[in-house]
Amino acid sequence: MKSSAVVDDADPQIHALAVAAMSGNRRALARLISLVEGGGAAALQAIAALYPHTGRAQIVGVTGPPGAGKSTLVCEMARAYRQSERSVGIVAVDPSSPFSGGALLGDRIRMRELSGDPEVFIRSMATRGSLGGLARATADVTCVLDAAGYKVILVETVGAGQNEVDIGRLAHTTIVIQVPASGDEIQAIKAGMLEIADLIVVNKADLPGADVMVEVLEAMLGLQSPPADLHHVLDAVSPVTSKGSPSGSGDWRPRVIKTSALRSEGIADLIEAVAAHAQYARASGRRAAHEREYAARQLRSMLQQEMYSRFLAQIGEQEIQAAVDRIASRQEDPYSAAIRLAATCRLSAGAA
Amino acid sequence: MAEKIRVLIAKPGLDGHDRGAKVVARALRDAGMEVIYAGLRQTPEMITEAALQEDVDVIGLSILSGAHMALVPRVLGLLQEHDMSDVAVFVGGIIPDEDAAHLIAMGVKGVFGPGTPLEDVVNALRCEVVGH
Repeated sequence: MKSSAVVDDADPQIHALAVAAMSGNRRALARLISLVEGGGAAALQAIAALYPHTGRAQIVGVTGPPGAGKSTLVCEMARAYRQSERSVGIVAVDPSSPFSGGALLGDRIRMRELSGDPEVFIRSMATRGSLGGLARATADVTCVLDAAGYKVILVETVGAGQNEVDIGRLAHTTIVIQVPASGDEIQAIKAGMLEIADLIVVNKADLPGADVMVEVLEAMLGLQSPPADLHHVLDAVSPVTSKGSPSGSGDWRPRVIKTSALRSEGIADLIEAVAAHAQYARASGRRAAHEREYAARQLRSMLQQEMYSRFLAQIGEQEIQAAVDRIASRQEDPYSAAIRLAATCRLSAGAA
Repeated sequence: MAEKIRVLIAKPGLDGHDRGAKVVARALRDAGMEVIYAGLRQTPEMITEAALQEDVDVIGLSILSGAHMALVPRVLGLLQEHDMSDVAVFVGGIIPDEDAAHLIAMGVKGVFGPGTPLEDVVNALRCEVVGH
C-alpha cells in the first residue's frame, strides 16, 4: 500500500502498524484499534495515517433495545454479506459500568458462526463513559476497519432506549430493531430512535404479535408529515405514497421488515433493503451530504476539545482552583468566571 | 490514564458448566476490567482468533471437563504460532495439583481451583498485566 506523506511523519512504530494493517495483518489491525480506542497522541497519529485510505466502506448501524436480537441479526447479516463475497468488519458496543469502569462485552457469544472466516473481523467495545449509544472512539474504529479494506462495517450499539441516537450520524444506513408487543402508536411516534431509522426491523417475528407491530409501525410512518425538502416540489409529487417503499419522490421512507434472526428468516429482504437505501443515498446525494454533515460535526467537536485543553493548560490548575473557591463561596458566578479566565488565553499559544 | 485491562473469558471443550466462568467475568468487570465473554464450547482456534481480534491482555480458560491437558497446550501453541505469547493465560476449574504444575511449566500464568477467592483472581491478573 502506498503510504501518504502524513504516514511518513508519524511515529515509525505506528506507521509500521498502519502499513501492516492495510496489507492484511490482523494482529496489527487489532493493535491499531486499541491505540485508537486509548486516545491521546498515538490515536491521533494512527488516524492521521489511516484517514486518507478511508471512505470506501459501507457503514451500517444496528440499534434497538436490549435483548431485541441485535447481535444475532448482525451475525446473520454478516453471513449474508459473506455469501456475496464481501468482507465484513463488526464493531459491537456494550456499556461500561459507571461505578467500576469495567464492562462485560457479550456480543461475540451470538456470533460464533462467523468464527474462522478470515474475511470477518469482530471487535467488542465498551462505551467508557459515552452516553449516545456508542463509545467515543467507535467512529475512529470504523475508520481503522475501513482503511484495512473491510467492505461492509456493521456497527452494533449498546441496548438503546429512546435517546441513544449517535449511530444515526455515523452510519450510512441505520437499522432500528423493534420486537413484537413493545408498545403502541404513541411509543412509535415519540421522538428518538425511530426518527433515525432508515429501515425498521421487527425481529423475533416468530413470536405472536409481530404482524400487529408491523402494522403499528407502518401506520406511524404513514402519519409522517412530508419531509421538509419536499415542500417546494409538492405540486409535482404526492407526499404520501404507498407504505414501506421509497416514495420515488426523491425522499426515503423507511421500510418495515420482518425478521427472525434466530431462524434466519427475512435476512435476504433486509440485505436487499439496505442495498436499496444505499443506492438511494448515493443517487440522491444524501450520502455525500451525510459525509459532509458528519465531517462538520466532527471538526467542531475536535475544535472544542482542542481549544478547551489549550485554554486549560494556559490558565493552570491554580487559577482554576481559585476560581472554584470564589464560585463556591458566591463571590463570583460560574459564567463570569469562565468568561474572565477565557479572556486571558491566546489561541495560538499551544502551537508556540 | 493506563490502558484498560482487556480479558477474554472462554470455555473450551464440551462441558456446559459456565457458572464459574460467569462469576469470574462479573468479578473482573467489577474490578474495572473489560471482559469479553465468549461463552461455551469454544475451540482453541476460536479462542485464539477472538483473543487476536479483541487484542486482549489476558485469556481466562474455564475447564471442568478434565480435558485441560489436551485443550490448554493447544491454546498455548496457537498463541505462539500467531506471535501472541505475550498474552497471559490463566486456567480455572477442576485441575489436579499435578496437572496444574505441568500447565504452569508450559507457560500458564496461574491456575485457580474451586474456592479461590475472587479477589485473588483479580489481583493475579492485575499483577501479571501491570507488571509487564
